[in-house]
Amino acid sequence: MPVMTISKAIALALAEEMERDASIVVYGEEVAVAGGTYGATAGLYERFGPQRVLDTPISEGVIAGSAVGAAMNGLRPVAEIMGINFAFLAMDQIVNHAAKVRSMFGGQFKCPLVIRTTSGGGRQLAATHSQTPDVIFAHFPGLYVVAPSTAADAKGLLKAAIRSDDPVMFIEQATMYSERGDVPDDKEFVLPIGKSDVKRQGGDVTLIAYSKTVGIALKAAQQLAAEGTECQVIDLRWLRPLDLEPVFESFKQTNRAVIVEEGWGTYGVGAEVATRLYEECFDYVDAPIQRVAQKEVPLPYNAELERYALPNVNDVLEAVKKVL
Amino acid sequence: MDQAAMLKLYQQMVEIRLLEEKCEELYQKGKIGGFMHLYIGQEATGVGVVSARQPHDNVITAYRDHGIALACGMESKIVLAEMLGKATGCCKGKGGSMHLADVNLKFWGGHAIVGAHIALATGIAWGDQYRGSDAVTFCFFGDGATNISYFHEGLNLAAVWKLPIVFVCENNKYGMWTPLEKVSAVTQMRRKAEAYGMPHAEVDGMDLLAVRAATEKAIAHVRAGNGPYFLESLTYRYRGHSMGDQRPYRTAEEIKKWQADDPIGQFEDVCLKAGIAQTALDAADKAVETTIAEAVAFAEESPAPALDEIWTDIYASVS
Repeated sequence: MPVMTISKAIALALAEEMERDASIVVYGEEVAVAGGTYGATAGLYERFGPQRVLDTPISEGVIAGSAVGAAMNGLRPVAEIMGINFAFLAMDQIVNHAAKVRSMFGGQFKCPLVIRTTSGGGRQLAATHSQTPDVIFAHFPGLYVVAPSTAADAKGLLKAAIRSDDPVMFIEQATMYSERGDVPDDKEFVLPIGKSDVKRQGGDVTLIAYSKTVGIALKAAQQLAAEGTECQVIDLRWLRPLDLEPVFESFKQTNRAVIVEEGWGTYGVGAEVATRLYEECFDYVDAPIQRVAQKEVPLPYNAELERYALPNVNDVLEAVKKVL
Repeated sequence: MDQAAMLKLYQQMVEIRLLEEKCEELYQKGKIGGFMHLYIGQEATGVGVVSARQPHDNVITAYRDHGIALACGMESKIVLAEMLGKATGCCKGKGGSMHLADVNLKFWGGHAIVGAHIALATGIAWGDQYRGSDAVTFCFFGDGATNISYFHEGLNLAAVWKLPIVFVCENNKYGMWTPLEKVSAVTQMRRKAEAYGMPHAEVDGMDLLAVRAATEKAIAHVRAGNGPYFLESLTYRYRGHSMGDQRPYRTAEEIKKWQADDPIGQFEDVCLKAGIAQTALDAADKAVETTIAEAVAFAEESPAPALDEIWTDIYASVS
């Protein structure tokens, strides 16, 4: 199986899908000639040409809005919003249009679009360029939200997103593009929509994470295993639809859970998952479910302060100790 | 234009007028809910523009959409059923007054976030351009929409990508309750198109044939692959912005002045001068009255959607 970076895996998924389906167009700021700020669209412009791979003005509103219109009228646009912080400028199109043109018009329209964007902190970009507001998008029925944690998942999940007849927010983590992993070269390697994935088996504690925090949880699990505590690490993959069946199954065995997310904890993924665990598995709870998240502050520029505010392996270890 | 075609346009404007008057009545009786915005006074713009389109051309508009929906070929009974929230409405009762649409008529909706559909129009037009179709997209919006970001982002992208769009600005002098000159740095909306290098024209929006002629010119430009065109139609809404609007911001004289140029009255004169008999116009009026009465009966007798209907149409794929 070839080993490649996450950005290569994304470019590969895009190329394979564009080869398969001529209605797919890829566009956004710097995606064409420059090949994407993170190289995730490298080579597509040369291969598929200016009709299918386009640079746009710095106009997030019309990037997202044109994607909705194009999707309604037969294309399968994969639009890039360079950073999720700029997706706020496109928020109306994403939540008021992409998520609603199907239902509000009684099912007359399809909206098969993907918005690829980059989330997360850790690059000293300060408060407005470092946020992880992924859950906000997951709040809205009508959207799908997915965030890969490995290069293989990036390929398989992006292909699933592109083939979906519904709008998908595909959220990549900003510091992970150069992370490498095995990637199946099968062109039909398409992961299912709305299925989470067990990334490590263990019967003592259930660790629930997605995107970058899967790696953090796995590192913590490795250290804990050395001390005799085995963690089941579950990668949610999709924030909507949220697949908690494997979480419930694991929790009924471990009776202990820690949820790890990069964004703020208030109203976050941990809040949702913990509530659902209490609702569905109340009789199995042996310790208060713990949440690990970013400290509730706008992220500062200073590298040390930024690191201090973001969740890390130690935070997970401490949370696990609280549930044991 | 032959007499039959003229009579058809006359009848379409009358149907819009009578439908809107009926909507007003049903709203006051509490049978129509939500926000509702009437098209009375602006009929010549919707009918003039849309009657010039080919069947494969697209139309998209804002929330003042009843008249455009009818101009696109929607039936009054389907429009009324939607406004009464019935299962037989164009959107199964999920959209209401502001969100009429019919994909089969290439009528892409009524959209109620001001200006947002201008961005959608670029994508719809792009879809056709990409496939090599010569379809034109007509994007209607009001003067109030020209101050929002989408207007500028949308016009710019349309110009840069040479998208086949006729932007139709229905300048009815007020954005909600506020006169245009209080909120817009320029009062000729078409001058805003100059910033995007777009050809533009102004037309008397109370004159059906003038609107149609101006539209034909716009279509010729756009269909030939020259990129977008901006048409400003000077018109007037006789009613308020929406139903709760008591219109304290304008005078009775101003409304009367515009009503003297009523688009239907004007076109009636044109028809008579063209040799159409008064009896033919009267027959058209009568036919519309019957259509509207039947539409009301259809809408009122139609079933409400089942409660379980809330779970449908949210996703095309997995439920």
